[in-house]
Amino acid sequence: MSTHVEAQEHAHPTPSTYAKIGLVLFILTALEVGLYEITFGESAGSFGHAIQPFFIPLLLFLSAIKFALVAMYYMHLKNDSKLFSGVFVFPLIIASVVILALVALQAYHWAFARSGG
Amino acid sequence: MTDHAHALETSTGLDSRKLAIWTFIGSECMFFATLISNYLVHKGKSLVGPFAHEVWKDPATGKVFEPIIEIPLVTVGTALLLFSSLFIVLALYGAQKGNRKMLIGWLAATILCGMFFVGMQVYEFTHFVHKGLTLSRNMFGASFFVLTGFHGTHVTIGVIWLFTMFILALRGKLTPNRSLNLEMAALYWHFVDVVWIVIFPVVYLIR
Amino acid sequence: MATTALDQPHAHAAHAEKTGLWSWLTTVDHKRIGILYGATAFFFFLLGGIEALIIRIQLARPDNNFISPETYNQLFTMHGTTMIFLAIMPLSSMLFNYLIPLMIGARDVAFPRLNAFSYWVFLLGGLFLNASFLFGAAPDTGWYGYANLTSRQFSAGPNVDFWNMGLQVLGVASLAAAVNFFVTIVNMRAPGMTMMRMPMFVWMSFITQILLLLAFPVIAVALILLMFDRFFGTHFFIPAGGGDPLLWQHFFWVFGHPEVYILILPAFGVVSEVLPVFSRKPLFGYAAMVFSGVFIAFLGFGVWSHHMFTTGMGPIADTFFSLSTMLIAIPTGVKIFNWMGTMWFGSLQFRTPMYFAVAFIAMFIIGGLSGVMHASPPADLQQNDTYFIVAHFHYVLFGGSIFALTAGAYYWWPKMFGRMLDERLGKVHFWLMLLGFNLTFFPMHFVGLNGMPRRTYTYPAELGFTALNQIETAGSLLLGLAFLVFLINVVRTSRGPRNALADPWNGATLEWAIPSPPPEWNFERVPVVDGRDPLWEEKRKNGGRLPEPVAGTGAGIHLPNPSYWPLVTAVGVTAVFIGILESPRWGPWGIIVAVALLLFGLYSWLFEKGYSEFRTPSHGGH
Repeated sequence: MSTHVEAQEHAHPTPSTYAKIGLVLFILTALEVGLYEITFGESAGSFGHAIQPFFIPLLLFLSAIKFALVAMYYMHLKNDSKLFSGVFVFPLIIASVVILALVALQAYHWAFARSGG
Repeated sequence: MTDHAHALETSTGLDSRKLAIWTFIGSECMFFATLISNYLVHKGKSLVGPFAHEVWKDPATGKVFEPIIEIPLVTVGTALLLFSSLFIVLALYGAQKGNRKMLIGWLAATILCGMFFVGMQVYEFTHFVHKGLTLSRNMFGASFFVLTGFHGTHVTIGVIWLFTMFILALRGKLTPNRSLNLEMAALYWHFVDVVWIVIFPVVYLIR
Repeated sequence: MATTALDQPHAHAAHAEKTGLWSWLTTVDHKRIGILYGATAFFFFLLGGIEALIIRIQLARPDNNFISPETYNQLFTMHGTTMIFLAIMPLSSMLFNYLIPLMIGARDVAFPRLNAFSYWVFLLGGLFLNASFLFGAAPDTGWYGYANLTSRQFSAGPNVDFWNMGLQVLGVASLAAAVNFFVTIVNMRAPGMTMMRMPMFVWMSFITQILLLLAFPVIAVALILLMFDRFFGTHFFIPAGGGDPLLWQHFFWVFGHPEVYILILPAFGVVSEVLPVFSRKPLFGYAAMVFSGVFIAFLGFGVWSHHMFTTGMGPIADTFFSLSTMLIAIPTGVKIFNWMGTMWFGSLQFRTPMYFAVAFIAMFIIGGLSGVMHASPPADLQQNDTYFIVAHFHYVLFGGSIFALTAGAYYWWPKMFGRMLDERLGKVHFWLMLLGFNLTFFPMHFVGLNGMPRRTYTYPAELGFTALNQIETAGSLLLGLAFLVFLINVVRTSRGPRNALADPWNGATLEWAIPSPPPEWNFERVPVVDGRDPLWEEKRKNGGRLPEPVAGTGAGIHLPNPSYWPLVTAVGVTAVFIGILESPRWGPWGIIVAVALLLFGLYSWLFEKGYSEFRTPSHGGH
């Protein structure tokens, strides 16, 4: 049964929505850099030292939000057919698995050359 | 609102070209995943400096190499790329609404941002080479230049693609019922931006 | 030849299927492209077979020197590379191209010019790879090019670079085709054909395209990293500079393992079409077949280090990959039982395609059994890098893929060429091939466990390998004979009348509803489907038989125009990689000229009159 294209844009974001998201993206980037400066910057103090173990998870969390915002709103995945989301998300899952597996194998020295760590 | 001159008789009701660009983008995820894995796996494996975030003194010559990464410059580039994603969304909106001024204006802004980003990268690369970091110098140089270099190549291809769209828009050929062409270019452009959203913290911020 | 659909006068002049070289160079018809893939792939298959025969002659006697060790290295490398990338994959592409649109009731693929582009890039890539022989510099570091043998230090000549660039070119072809078929299957099915009503061959092909899309970028990057090591002084795989040779193995096998499923899934699909028709019974357990295929593909990304059990990964990594590898045997087993379930209590018709399909099951089981043995790391410690592994993968790739593809060739030959291959010669081909295949590869299990290493140039007499090697060589000559019989069959058949029925085998799927060979537009009217095995349904409603379909006129059917831009762009793509190969001598100029040609071809393609919506009104670009 072939389907005629429906008006996909039933909830089409407006330019002002897009601009607001742009602002949020900018703020998130500023937060990322700010986090870096607090933790490792020249004026980083004992607070920076204390949050070092949380740095990477926090940073990646901020990046993930940016990623999701661009994907859902700018790339329109939120309002488009779920098929597009599937075609994008499935490779992302495989990609993440491969990255994590290789990093884990490397970190624990499994299947990587022992010399030089 | 996308007008359709004719209804699409596809099994999903979706345009095959849009599905094709998403499929390609999915494949490109694996391309960059491999490059990013390569970067992460080689992290910390450099035998000599210069390093990304630490100072290194060459034991043989006594020469001191400062940390290579300069956050302010790349932050500007990152912001530019993010805003360019906003700009192209606005350009596409203009295309879909038949607003020629909006289309051309925001498309030009996108292209300029893209060109500045590439310019920043070129400057950064030459600067790093002057500071002693080359492809063959150490693992950081090799994996940094290959990862960011291939990303930059993707941006450049995007700029060329968008410039083609720009010429079409100037000639009045990017009508609302042909806006899918711009939408495809925009999706590619957003993807390139999204990859940078991952690369920026992983390469520049994580020590 | 005035009686076929192709010769009828047409309402549109553009519908008259032309003959002649130019029509083939500019074709965008999926059926013609399929035939091009098939002929080219078969040619490379014979080339790979000759390489194998020379290897077997060299190994027929201990301490032999029929060829030099350097030539030997080139031969086994090219044999593997050719068979995988230039034979099995494009033979599968022949079937993807020819059958997918027909089986889903479409007139062509989603992007016909992209389809043509894929073929031309494949052809040029294959020629490029083999051109290395002309320079005496054929790739010689094994089909998987392990680092750091492939570094400049240990492989100074251009052999590795030919391999690297050649594979990159071929990768472009595969990726383009994968996007095309993915979109075609998702978006161009006939009304009523839901995903769960698609023929099993289409399902397996669909999963294969997804694997291609996800796996090829990984090897593209690995090859890029190798290129940087060899041309630009990086040390990704070079320990002296901080790199790691084992990283190559990881990247390669993250690609390489999905690749073997890319090689076998289409074969599974073929067998899943042939067995039901020749058992006069629907495929047993359709849903289980779909889900097991999906499971195999997904899990296939989690087993890759089973190729690395002997690299000292340690017990935790070994255990993980061993478990995942054993797990993947389960969905494969499901398929085997479902094939047997299909035949069980069926009315078995033993024609040539069925012979090959049944033999596939037996040979694939043997290959699977040795595969499961490798899944145990301690056992693999003995088996790895011996002929035991060579036996395994030949049983699954030859006994599996090639037998299945041969079944497919005999089965779909009448549809493609309007002629039936001779049954008697077919059976001679079969028995020679079955006997020759087992004589060649079964002894390898023993000689491998007794210690004969892979890729070995020769062996001393005292090791006791001689007798079995001689049997293997004799078997390989029988295999050569088998393919000669097939060639004779093909030539003899081509001289006979083009009078095959539309549905000579009592098939279940849509391709048998149209004339043999089909008219350019495939279906006069797009079929409406309301179940699996649509043609059996139709025949059931019509008292068991359908009348011979009449070739229509194709009036009012819009077909895509021929185009030469895919070929031009393909030349551009290949030229880029030739430019990279020659960059030590030509500097950047080769690459620059090639990129210019590529852009010229690409832009001409994108703005082609009659296609581009920027030049022609109404029809959207395809």
